[in-house]
Amino acid sequence: MKRFLPALTLGLVLGTSAFAAPTDKTSPTVAAVQPETANKAMAAAPAPLLKEVKTNRVITMSMFLVIILATGVIVYRAAQSTRTTADFYAAGGGISGMQNGWAIAGDYLSAATFLGIAGITSIFGADGFMYAVGPFFSFVTILLVIAEPCRNAGKYTLGDILSLRSSSKFVRGTAAISAVVVSTFYLLGQMVGAGKLMQLLLGIPYSYAIIGVGALLVVYVTFGGMKATTWVQIIKAVLLMLSGMIMTVLLLWKFGFNLLGLFDAVATSSAVQDHVRGLMKHVTPQPGFDYGQRFLETGLLLKDPIDQISLGLAFALGAAGLPHIMMRFFTVPDARSARTSVVISMVLIGAFMIMVTLLGFGAALFITPQQVMAVDRGGNMAAPMLAQFLGGGGGTVMGDVFLAFVCAVAFSTIIAVVSGLILASSAAVAHDFYVNVLRDGKPDQREQMRIAKISSFVVGAIAIALGLACEKQNIAHLVVLAFAVVASSNFPVLLFALFWKRFNAGGIITGLAFGGIFAIGVVMVSPNMTYPKKIAADAKKVVDLLEKKQAAGGMLAEKELAALDKARADYAANRDGKSMVGLDAPLFPLKNPAILSVPVGFLAAIIGTFLFGNRREEERFDELFIRQNTGYGASGAVDH
Amino acid sequence: MDEKRIDWAKLATLPKFVELHSRKKAFLLTLWCIGSICFYLLPISAGYFPEIMKVKLLGRLNFGYFFCLFEFAMIWGIALYYTRKTNSYFDPLTKEVVDEITREVGK
Repeated sequence: MKRFLPALTLGLVLGTSAFAAPTDKTSPTVAAVQPETANKAMAAAPAPLLKEVKTNRVITMSMFLVIILATGVIVYRAAQSTRTTADFYAAGGGISGMQNGWAIAGDYLSAATFLGIAGITSIFGADGFMYAVGPFFSFVTILLVIAEPCRNAGKYTLGDILSLRSSSKFVRGTAAISAVVVSTFYLLGQMVGAGKLMQLLLGIPYSYAIIGVGALLVVYVTFGGMKATTWVQIIKAVLLMLSGMIMTVLLLWKFGFNLLGLFDAVATSSAVQDHVRGLMKHVTPQPGFDYGQRFLETGLLLKDPIDQISLGLAFALGAAGLPHIMMRFFTVPDARSARTSVVISMVLIGAFMIMVTLLGFGAALFITPQQVMAVDRGGNMAAPMLAQFLGGGGGTVMGDVFLAFVCAVAFSTIIAVVSGLILASSAAVAHDFYVNVLRDGKPDQREQMRIAKISSFVVGAIAIALGLACEKQNIAHLVVLAFAVVASSNFPVLLFALFWKRFNAGGIITGLAFGGIFAIGVVMVSPNMTYPKKIAADAKKVVDLLEKKQAAGGMLAEKELAALDKARADYAANRDGKSMVGLDAPLFPLKNPAILSVPVGFLAAIIGTFLFGNRREEERFDELFIRQNTGYGASGAVDH
Repeated sequence: MDEKRIDWAKLATLPKFVELHSRKKAFLLTLWCIGSICFYLLPISAGYFPEIMKVKLLGRLNFGYFFCLFEFAMIWGIALYYTRKTNSYFDPLTKEVVDEITREVGK
């Protein structure tokens, strides 16, 4: 299976069976075209865009129930065999490399990857493909520097590895706080996303969605621990791969499995061409400019190369240090299985990413970027809508079944990823902070288990509360923040702890604290935040433009009058506002802070090391060094 | 396992261990650098050399698309090479080192 997948995908991507004409050329133009730049040429009155996806309630609900029931059974069975903290946090080290590989793929292919990348591709074309390379590249770092050393040296958390270097309680405490902060950012992004998605998919209110999803998660994690989380991840990864493959095959089938045919159709679609013209802000078409081809070229979304490199850096180093990803390597019995699991997940994730971008292009062609954005501005519904289309369209049984299936898979995705995050934060709170910092590792197994369950419950409850509180917040920057913080605090510290002899408690604490706070600080003054003065300035431009038109004696259409009113209101409301930290304009020009904060994080760790030298801790390096290189003394699998 | 009595500093000077470590370091570092260079070339080319990225190679597919595909292949290649090398070379060496450590500790 694992050898079959990449071969299949590559075959699909590269297999270009001559230049057979696309078999289905009629459908793309049927979909509505949004008159984004008042395009008179498209005179044929366009059908209004749907504001939401019509789901078949019965089919969707039953799909969701099946998923909930299936995962419930897994949790029940896992709960039966979860007795010790080793079971709870690391599934007793009894997960095989193959299973863990699927589970890592499950952890990694969050809703953001599946729905998000399909969405970005459907709206911005080739940039979606380029965007997908970043998260995938992080696996090189995971494979080469994280997986095996962590498996060899660690137990449940980053704190365990760091405490091999220094017995200072501050080290463990700081590591725990850092893990909780990072997981919370990531968690919040996922929770709010989950709520919005459920709202879109099922048409239930946001708050019900958050409470429902949250309650389910808390039950899963508290009772099932890592075993349940792992199996939920595996099942979800299988479902996700399956739906990706079915959709890709159906999509390419329409073109006789000729990839070039698909891209030809995308580039000649008038909806796509119009959309690109809108993105490029060309009010009238420039003669001779191939807007369709432009969609297949990079740079529609990712415009600033420095920002892109910075994003790449955050992905490359940040993903590798995410607590819930790192924790996965403690569930396998030895370094060899850790290696196997990374390689398997790389095969799965890579193949999936390539399929998802094809689906994105498919959505651009058949659903049109305008329709995708009308339902959800971020493009999150591109993949589900394409599923409905490929199944036969809205209203048909197969179309609705497909839509419901993809939605249910997206739902299981969210459950699986958030369970992993809750477990990682709970390990930091219960294992690092309570057991080892407050109680000196004294509590017995029974008490440790109780604390582990209580802390998962509390973390889950907090996640629900935060999810409810942040409904209206712009959470896009939270994920950026999580990656940047990990890349500039956890990653440098972990790297030094594993490979640098002189590194000590001073370096660990300074690195974690300063690196993390600095990254958060840079994001606070970056363009990710809302700057009222900028909104006011933009509104002013609209007001000026429309007023000038009015003054020149031009009549304003009803739509333009409404726009004028809105712009005036926006201007008045934001004229004297300041950003969250009291700024008029961003101090830092890039959206992604990594290019600055990663070097600062490394520097902080180095300076901290030299300021607080400690010979005894340097001597402890030998132990960790031998352990991480050879696996000597690593805790093996626990049999039950 | 009574770990307190183990003289880790002495173990760290075992010639076999030193060999394992230096070879592994060189191997990992080289692979990581190659990977990183290939990876960052993508945003750099997209940002500074858009003309090259636009060149159509196959039908509508341009250089940029194949560059992205190449990145995937490159990353898979690294994984494959790493696994081969570790299984055939580093694993046996590690086993020897662990055996030697166990002998030293048992003394």
